[in-house]
Amino acid sequence: MTMIFGVPLAVLSGQLLIGVINGAFYALLSLGLAVIFGLLKIINFAHGAMYMLGALVTVVLFDLMGVNYWVALFVAPLLVGAFGILIEYFLLRRIAGQDHIYSLLLTFGVALIIQGVLTNIYGVSGLRYSMPDLFKGGINLGFMFLPYYRAWVIVVALLVCFGTWFVIEKTKLGAYLRAGTEDSQLMQGFGINVPLLVSLTYGFGVMLAAFAGVLAAPIYSVTPVMGSNTLIVVFAVVVIGGMGSIGGAIITGILMGVIEGLTKTFYPPASSAVIFLVMVVVLMFRPNGLFGKEA
Amino acid sequence: MTMMKKLLASAVASALMVGGAQADISNNTVKIGYLADMSGTYRDLAGPNGLKALEMAIKDFGGKVNGAKIEVVSADDRNSPDTSSSTVRRWVENEDVDLVAGMVASSVSIAVSKILEENDRLGIISGSAASSITNEHCTPNHIHYVYDTYPLANGTASAVVKEGGKTWYMLTADYAFGHALESDVRQVVEANGGEVIGAVRHPFPTQDFSSFILQAQASGADVVGLANAGSDTTNAITTASEFGLTQSGQTLAALLLFLTDVHALGAETAQGIQLTTGWYWDMNTETREWSDRFMEETGVRPTMVHAGIYSSTLHYLNSVAAAGSDDAQTVRKQMMDMPINDMFAKNGKIRVDGRMVHDMYLAEVKTPAESKSEWDLYKILRTIPADEAYRPLSESKCKLVNM
Repeated sequence: MTMIFGVPLAVLSGQLLIGVINGAFYALLSLGLAVIFGLLKIINFAHGAMYMLGALVTVVLFDLMGVNYWVALFVAPLLVGAFGILIEYFLLRRIAGQDHIYSLLLTFGVALIIQGVLTNIYGVSGLRYSMPDLFKGGINLGFMFLPYYRAWVIVVALLVCFGTWFVIEKTKLGAYLRAGTEDSQLMQGFGINVPLLVSLTYGFGVMLAAFAGVLAAPIYSVTPVMGSNTLIVVFAVVVIGGMGSIGGAIITGILMGVIEGLTKTFYPPASSAVIFLVMVVVLMFRPNGLFGKEA
Repeated sequence: MTMMKKLLASAVASALMVGGAQADISNNTVKIGYLADMSGTYRDLAGPNGLKALEMAIKDFGGKVNGAKIEVVSADDRNSPDTSSSTVRRWVENEDVDLVAGMVASSVSIAVSKILEENDRLGIISGSAASSITNEHCTPNHIHYVYDTYPLANGTASAVVKEGGKTWYMLTADYAFGHALESDVRQVVEANGGEVIGAVRHPFPTQDFSSFILQAQASGADVVGLANAGSDTTNAITTASEFGLTQSGQTLAALLLFLTDVHALGAETAQGIQLTTGWYWDMNTETREWSDRFMEETGVRPTMVHAGIYSSTLHYLNSVAAAGSDDAQTVRKQMMDMPINDMFAKNGKIRVDGRMVHDMYLAEVKTPAESKSEWDLYKILRTIPADEAYRPLSESKCKLVNM
């Protein structure tokens, strides 16, 4: 068997694929963060909580009303997105134009409150959510067993990432969005409702996080604390990619998934730190991140 | 205080007691500090419901001991030895706390027991697993009550090896508890003619286990042993089932699994998993009665840790009453002298190293067909007698043994 640094090639291929799958998750989460920061200049520390809410709402909707996975895939992000819009309308709007640090502190506080309240209600052991029947089982690729569900995650996550990038960077709506946040007075002069645009953009970023949460529900323990650890990693991904760079968030997300996966193979104890190590190195040489624009 | 002084102090105290000395309780208050993970990974197995169990014990005891008040303070340990150390230091130095109860993460317990030793206060550890707590880390100031990694390895690992699982691959949480459990499992597996052919140490906590499960699959070992706890274990089990680990002929052995974990996984996913436990709510009339009361208070069935917190608090208060003192060494001696007979343990005994030895149980998770309600999850396969379950004193590295 071919060996690479003492690891059989087959095992390594499996790890690479797993890395890409987890990377697609990171990409989806960091995309939402990048959209919110890139367009609104809000550092959204509530992003992990929104991801958790996506998963939790999926489970609760199923328990209370028997809402299935496919419906939840649309309904849960919409509900959580609407909640995001409320947060924007009642809280974030009041600190618009202030230093970034205020949005960071405010959203961090919101996240802690949501997490604390839900922990008291649901505990931390995790809620049960079974995989949709369609995705039970998997396929033997020769070098690894690939569960159908993971294959679905990678496809759908990449589609959503590409779609978002396309809308923001290549369409008229995207151009309005970018212009509206760049010079809101001018855009208002053209008769465009900028505050509404801002609300909807925040809501959309939150929806992306919640969508990732729905995707996570069948494979991870759904608990009120599931977002808190993920959040820090996703922030590092966004910083490495370049704060606000949509394409950067997607590419870096996948790249970091792979790097983390390889670390788990070669030196597991470092796997929780490797992304931060990369962040330090990148910031030393490119303070605006890999794909960030020069300030 | 040196060891000799402590012994002298306790000897004097006992002598006074024999003489029928009057109640000698400092500030006329027995103050108990409850320290546990109240918000993180280990919240459900101890956490706020453990505090409820502690309060139930105080209430059942009558709310006062020898006329002295019983006060309770509590804090979140945040699974951090640093945070816990500063909390406990404040408790013993400024707030005159006599007993620290609860304690879940082994790293927290080891750090806290050192502070208790420096200040000569008492600690009863109910949630932690590392057997090193009463081995190389033993102190004259703490007692380890509910279980430890030695019987976990002894019960589950030896049962699995005897059923033919000869080669093992370990997934180990990378901190004190995981290391202790892995090394205890290694010993048991090797003693029974098996072999640990590989291990991976994963960061604590880890959400995505797919990479580690893949490595375990590639190892070709008969058994994949999980030396982790809480959401790490449930995430690992869920991922193993997703990646078809058992279908490909490997067995999963969860070495530490709490009732709350199994409840979260559900009988569907967890069925057939063997585990070792110190207690189960549905064992007999006495355990059921107490659990019903606990459930009325909390809405959930108790874990072995909850039951252990209740039992140890009651035993502590009984000992304070019998000794007529809240002095740490006097009470510890009294606790060692009295056997423990309650809904938690029959003829439980606290040894000189601080280990409370009692019967342990090998259990199997019921199938969905066997399980009659959401908490009807275990069938007890066999009892592991106390003297067989725990590390014998003859193998102990504890400084208090053979003094």
